[in-house]
Amino acid sequence: MSAVYIARATTVAARALDGEMMIMSAKDSTLFTLNPVGTAIWQAADGKTPLADIVQQKICAQFDVEPAEALQDAENFVGNLANHGILLVSDEPIAVVKPPAGASQ
Amino acid sequence: MSLMQELGQRALDRGVPISVQMDVTYRCNERCIHCYLDHDDHGEMTTAEIRGILDQLAEAGVFFLTFSGGEVFMRMDFFDILEYARSLMFCVKVKTNAFMVRASEAQRLRDLAIQDVQVSIYSHRPEVHDAITLLPGSLKRSVAGIRLLREHGVKVVIANVLMMQNLGDSAGVKALAKDLGAEYTIDPTVTPMMDGDREILKLGLGVPQLKDVFRNPDMVGDTDEFCEPPPPVTDDVMDELPCSAGHTACYISPYADVFPCVQFPLPSGNLRQQKFLDVWQHSDQLNDVRTIKARNLPVCSGCNHVGTCTRCPGLAYMEGNMRGPSTQDCEKSFARTGIPSANMLRKQKAATTRGLVQIAAFSPA
Repeated sequence: MSAVYIARATTVAARALDGEMMIMSAKDSTLFTLNPVGTAIWQAADGKTPLADIVQQKICAQFDVEPAEALQDAENFVGNLANHGILLVSDEPIAVVKPPAGASQ
Repeated sequence: MSLMQELGQRALDRGVPISVQMDVTYRCNERCIHCYLDHDDHGEMTTAEIRGILDQLAEAGVFFLTFSGGEVFMRMDFFDILEYARSLMFCVKVKTNAFMVRASEAQRLRDLAIQDVQVSIYSHRPEVHDAITLLPGSLKRSVAGIRLLREHGVKVVIANVLMMQNLGDSAGVKALAKDLGAEYTIDPTVTPMMDGDREILKLGLGVPQLKDVFRNPDMVGDTDEFCEPPPPVTDDVMDELPCSAGHTACYISPYADVFPCVQFPLPSGNLRQQKFLDVWQHSDQLNDVRTIKARNLPVCSGCNHVGTCTRCPGLAYMEGNMRGPSTQDCEKSFARTGIPSANMLRKQKAATTRGLVQIAAFSPA
């Protein structure tokens, strides 16, 4: 199975509130909130780290969850966000032209 | 509760300033007859100062950031500011008259994923709009700017401030907004000058005109619902906060002054002398604003409208007491429901009651 890489879309607005990420899509002004697990994935979405590594390093290490189940959930989650234009997903590393300075705040 | 309301409540519970308006300049190419600002430059923040403040706002948890003025495009560095704000992932809105928006500006606003651009249009007729902005050709240029923004996929909201000068033109502006693919919103409030001068209030709508507006379904939707009498006042209503000003929102002037809201000119700190979070958390003025609840309003707590009135503490402040009534909002409540406010009844009584001390003039015998 090939690696999956994810990067935050630069067209969204995002800010953490009490450990949960608020994300506003500029495309359709839809507001999303991510729970702490989703927030951890979002913050780690640098375009360079494979999703499987993110799950292992950021999710399994911090949350009480089985690795296989966590990866499956993460893939569904990532696909969902990609459909909304919030995350970019590729089977190759994604070059982020201008890293958003406040993405992890 | 909608997701937006839920976020607002969470921000309130945690003391997070989720929403900030920053005016980057008071300079403007228009001279609108109802404008509350002094357009001279008394020492605007530099680009570096604004960047530093934006860093602090991001750190404080600000998510919704509105840039306004004056006219934002009077600043040559406005796109530098916008780019920096977007790099910090704020949800950015821009208020402009769009006069200076050309294709390249529209494209950049699109590329920066600006949430929306709000443009004030006073009339669909140039002779009326331009007589309000005092800038010949302004309607033509603003509409051209809006058209370019829409062609580039930028969401536009047309704000229609209602005054005596343009009252009959709201339907025309609404139709223009539809034609341009823009949203349309009305604002029936004219705000006193920042220095307290109330002369421009005479441009605003009186009660008879407000009545017409509030009974027009094109303006307010369901008029029966909009104009229904206030429900009985409950304990929950008495514990409600007046608005988000100072609680989850604040305003920053081009001179780095912090106020509870753009319409609430209570000086609360200055970001050239203090850090934003110091002002937000420790300003005596903001903390005073935070104690205002319906229950402790000396006049309004006894008013039937207390639960449904749009009472603005900033307008009340400019009338002399931020805990007092805002006469403009009393008039709106009255125009909406036909029921006078406690403040109106009080004034009526005072006008018809003779004072204890009387001065009488005696003619010489």
